[in-house]
Amino acid sequence: MRTLVPLPVVVPLLGAALTLLLAGKPRIQRAISVLCLSGTLTVAVLFLVQAYRHGPVVVAVGGWPAPVGIVLVADQLAALMLVVSSAVTLCVLLYSIGQGRSDTSESSPVSIFHPTYLVLTAGVTNAFLAGDLFNLFVGFEILLAASFVLITLGGTETRIRTGSTYVVVSILSSMIFLTSVGLVYAATGTLNLAQLAQRLDDLPDGVRLALELMLLLAFAIKAAVFPLSAWLPDSYPTAPAPVTAVFAGLLTKVGVYAIIRTETLLFPGGRAHILLMVVAGLTMVIGILGAVAQSDLKRLFSFTLVSHIGYMIFGVALSTAAGLSGAIFYVVHHITIQTTLFLVAGLVEERAGSTDLRRIGGLARVAPLLGVLFFIPAMNLAGVPPFSGFLGKLGLLQAGVAAGGPLPGVLVAAGTLTSLLTLYVASRVWNIAFWRAPRLATSEPVVQLPRLMVGATVALVALGLALTVLAGPLFDVTADAAADLRLRTPYVRAVLPGGVP
Amino acid sequence: MTRSGAGPTLVLVLAVAVLVGCGVILLLERSLTRILLGVVMLGNGVNLLILLGGRSGGAPIVGTGPVERMSDPLPQAMVLTSIVITFGFTAFLLAVAYRSWYLSGDDEVPDDLEDRQIIRQAGRNEVGAADRGGEGPNGDPEQVDPEPARRRLRRGDGS
Repeated sequence: MRTLVPLPVVVPLLGAALTLLLAGKPRIQRAISVLCLSGTLTVAVLFLVQAYRHGPVVVAVGGWPAPVGIVLVADQLAALMLVVSSAVTLCVLLYSIGQGRSDTSESSPVSIFHPTYLVLTAGVTNAFLAGDLFNLFVGFEILLAASFVLITLGGTETRIRTGSTYVVVSILSSMIFLTSVGLVYAATGTLNLAQLAQRLDDLPDGVRLALELMLLLAFAIKAAVFPLSAWLPDSYPTAPAPVTAVFAGLLTKVGVYAIIRTETLLFPGGRAHILLMVVAGLTMVIGILGAVAQSDLKRLFSFTLVSHIGYMIFGVALSTAAGLSGAIFYVVHHITIQTTLFLVAGLVEERAGSTDLRRIGGLARVAPLLGVLFFIPAMNLAGVPPFSGFLGKLGLLQAGVAAGGPLPGVLVAAGTLTSLLTLYVASRVWNIAFWRAPRLATSEPVVQLPRLMVGATVALVALGLALTVLAGPLFDVTADAAADLRLRTPYVRAVLPGGVP
Repeated sequence: MTRSGAGPTLVLVLAVAVLVGCGVILLLERSLTRILLGVVMLGNGVNLLILLGGRSGGAPIVGTGPVERMSDPLPQAMVLTSIVITFGFTAFLLAVAYRSWYLSGDDEVPDDLEDRQIIRQAGRNEVGAADRGGEGPNGDPEQVDPEPARRRLRRGDGS
């Protein structure tokens, strides 16, 4: 089992090299990509089972023991994120293959798409598995470099324009992250997360708080937490549909994962929790108010994405076991649902010729299946019972109420308001785009939507429903993961079995 | 660095401060070329900062000197990695700047969509009831100063 740990990173990288070599043979290229991601998914499921039953799976890369060498750690949180992210990336890959077959327009993926996409997944999995702060940084850089290529795919004027903002903001956040890595090393003399957990406790409070805030700043830019979220709605919507979907689902969540990891393992009980709660509330409310004002489907979903990041940050900020468990559940739910919604937006664009709500209408009559595919995840996102969105929000709000105090109370109210406004936004989209008299932005004759695109979207909707049905066992896993995160000892003991040097 | 392993010299700290400061100021510009220069300076400053994090001293090769006088090799290894990463990002940003210049004739980072919509509405005199000398939003457009100043709207500004 141990020897399998590097596979989710190595296999996609190897696949990327192969697909790059086979750029002229699209059929083999597609087969390799699908095979790589299926392999990653299988391995990830194995890790989750193993981590749930027997504790974290750790491998010291190159045989160098822990504090000196680099470790890859698949504990329950990492394994759970791996499973969801590989399932989602696999579905999005199938969707993009379906799209690539159907049209040869400017928006269709080019031959560089597959290698870059695989590198992106390698970066994401590396960030999840990293047991070392610098390796986490490298994981971020891998996924960022790949995302730069994907967001400017085709190099059209609009994409270059929005891509330049994204690139500059991402580079800035990387620089801040790198600075904090350097400062953490200067302060403690180690970058191994398990060893840092011990050494950071001994630092003076002021230094500790400064390091915590630096790291939080870097991750908050990546996770698009409110004052630092302005780049997201402007840069995501112009990319091709599968790219936007995978960015929306995964990249911000990697930031959230990093926040969860640092807040629990490195800085438990830190003083930044009040700050986190305030920004969480602002992210929720301001994000969803942005969504209310939008008239383009993709921009609207970008704003709901920003808004719902607030829920996860709220759970982390509570720093109780219930809050963390709710936050992890919400991350899992939100990766799936947000990706699905962006894929549906891509299907709408394919069918109706636009995602601008002022130009489309009546899709429920024209394309009933599309209506169903939108309705289920949209209601799920809004938190209508019995869907997983409802369960996740309920878990978080209950944790907030249980924590007591005025600030969590305000946040519970903000969370409820955000949920209601999300419902308003979702039903507004439903009324305009799907329910009113049919109106299409394209005059092209009706073509069948590519089966693979619809199939991949159906699969993700089904995954969202499965999260609802299996919410009980999933909550068991997240509660267990949250308990482990709060204890810290399972992680530290797994990485440094011989005790902390 | 000092040979005694006593820690970083003031000169290096100042160099970091100057590089990062200039980098940040350049990042605030609108032209991608200047932003690129800013990224280069900021990147170098941060890399130097990492190098300062470790103990200074002799070459960290066993057998070349006493172990306690060696410098810390880990920051050096990290700096190598981060130099490569910074280099890659610089190259990509350069490509984006070139492409932007190639497509639109300049390399300015444009306003975002919302800003452009607001500017366009202001240009069409549609912005809400701002105080415009008693004219109101439906006043004669000839009488109204075109405030805020319109940015040049480039082609491809649809929607």
